[in-house]
This record gives sequence, structure tokens and C-alpha cells, in this order.
Amino acid sequence: MAEKIMAGVTVQVNDEGYLEDPSQWTKEIAMEIANDLNIALTDKHFEVLDFLRAKYKAGTTLTIRMVGNSGIVDIKELYKLFPAGPLKFSSKIAGIPKPTSCV
Amino acid sequence: MNTEKNEKPLKKVCIICAKGTIEDVYATLVMANGAVMEGIEAKVFFTFFGLDAITKKQMNKLHTATVGNPAMRMPGGLPFPSLLGALPGVEAGVSAMMRSQMEKLDIPPVDEFLEMITAGGGEIYACKLAMDMFKLELKDLWEGCSGVLTIGDFYAKCGGENTQIIFT
Repeated sequence: MAEKIMAGVTVQVNDEGYLEDPSQWTKEIAMEIANDLNIALTDKHFEVLDFLRAKYKAGTTLTIRMVGNSGIVDIKELYKLFPAGPLKFSSKIAGIPKPTSCV
Repeated sequence: MNTEKNEKPLKKVCIICAKGTIEDVYATLVMANGAVMEGIEAKVFFTFFGLDAITKKQMNKLHTATVGNPAMRMPGGLPFPSLLGALPGVEAGVSAMMRSQMEKLDIPPVDEFLEMITAGGGEIYACKLAMDMFKLELKDLWEGCSGVLTIGDFYAKCGGENTQIIFT
């Protein structure tokens, strides 16, 4: 665990840069993480992030299939929003732990 | 931890699936989908009985073997007698149960799983030789299939550094 200053706030992150405490997350922090991943966040991105955060809070194991069935984006669009990491990058930007599911 | 630093990340996986049981097909699909989700290119070649996974008529009705499968156990872990597995309907029942267990883990049916893989840029191919052998035509295959190839054509797609071929 390490401390990192993001968007002017000190947050706790793990070795891979995922936030340790999802409650420290802000939209500004999301933009900074996304920037490191070369992703420019749009409203659509934030809709996905909000969905993931809500599901995580509810204790659900996240899958791309779930996001695909959310009505926000289909899986193809999800890949376009978060290239090469539809679930791991979106989770990282959403400030929640790295997903443990294989789907 | 120095060795870890010297490793170059995997760039492409080419997976060959020659069997048509639920577990062989799903192992293939999970590996292919897992690859594209990690940003790794994935190409899958279905051959022999593996073709069932991309044949419209069969793809969502795959079975697991209840006879000759030593890992087969009753729910709860008791042994599953081979003779029981041979009774009519048992294999279908066990297979339906496996599919429902997977559904609970949000693992989709075969056609939807293939769509997830291709949505991420993965490519699905059928083996020409096996198609001829089973008298299958392109129209019998799942629509998202990228083509029918000889194994030579498939190998031609498996080039590049940090590429692995996996046979399930």
C-alpha cells in the first residue's frame, strides 16, 4: 500500500494503482487515473463508472456481461470506452478493487 | 523479482479446441475471453467435435460426459457410479445442472460468450477438414465465425512475438 497525491488529495493505492478505499474516489481522481491510461473520460464513461460503483457497493461480483446487460453500453462499446481493459481499467478508474472474475 | 522484470507480456493466444464437451468448450471460451479482456489478441480454431461449439444446432446444447469421467461426482462429493451415468436422461440432466451453475456465475451460454469474445476483437475460425468430415456448410455455423480455414491458414495467423498456441 502506498500514498499517492491525486487531484490534490492524498489517497491510498495498492501496488497496481487501484484505490484502497473506494470512498476516497472523486470525479477528479477518476480523470487523473484515466489520464494515466490514456483514456479521456466522457459522460458515457461516467455512466459506466457509476454503474460499477453501485454494483460494487451492493457486493456484486462484476463481469463485462453485467455491464453489457446494464442498458448503458453493449460489450463492444465497453471495449471502445476502455480499450484493452473493459473491466480492469474501468474498475481502476471507478476507484474500486481489481475485479476477480474471469468473465 | 528480477526475473519478473525480464518477462515480456503475452501479446497473442491462438487456441485450438478439438472437443465438444461443456468443459472443453468453456475452457476454450474462458481463455479466449480472458485474453481479450486483458488486451491480448485471441484467435480460436474449432476442429473435430469442437465444431459443435460453433454449429448453430448444437452450440447451446453441449453435454458433459457422465460415463468414463472419473472426476464426475454427486453433488456433495459422493462417487458417481458409471452405470448411473449410462441411464437415459442422466447425462442431459447433469449437463443442464452444469449450465445452470455457470449461469449463476454470470457465465453466458455459448452463443453469447462467442459474441462477447468477438466484441472484444477475438476471432473465431472453423476447421475446413472437420467441416468436410461432418458434412457441415458455412450456413450451419454461428454467424460471427470469421471463416473456415485449413490448419496451415490458421498457423499463418499465429505469428508474431510473444504468441502462444494452446490446445484444449
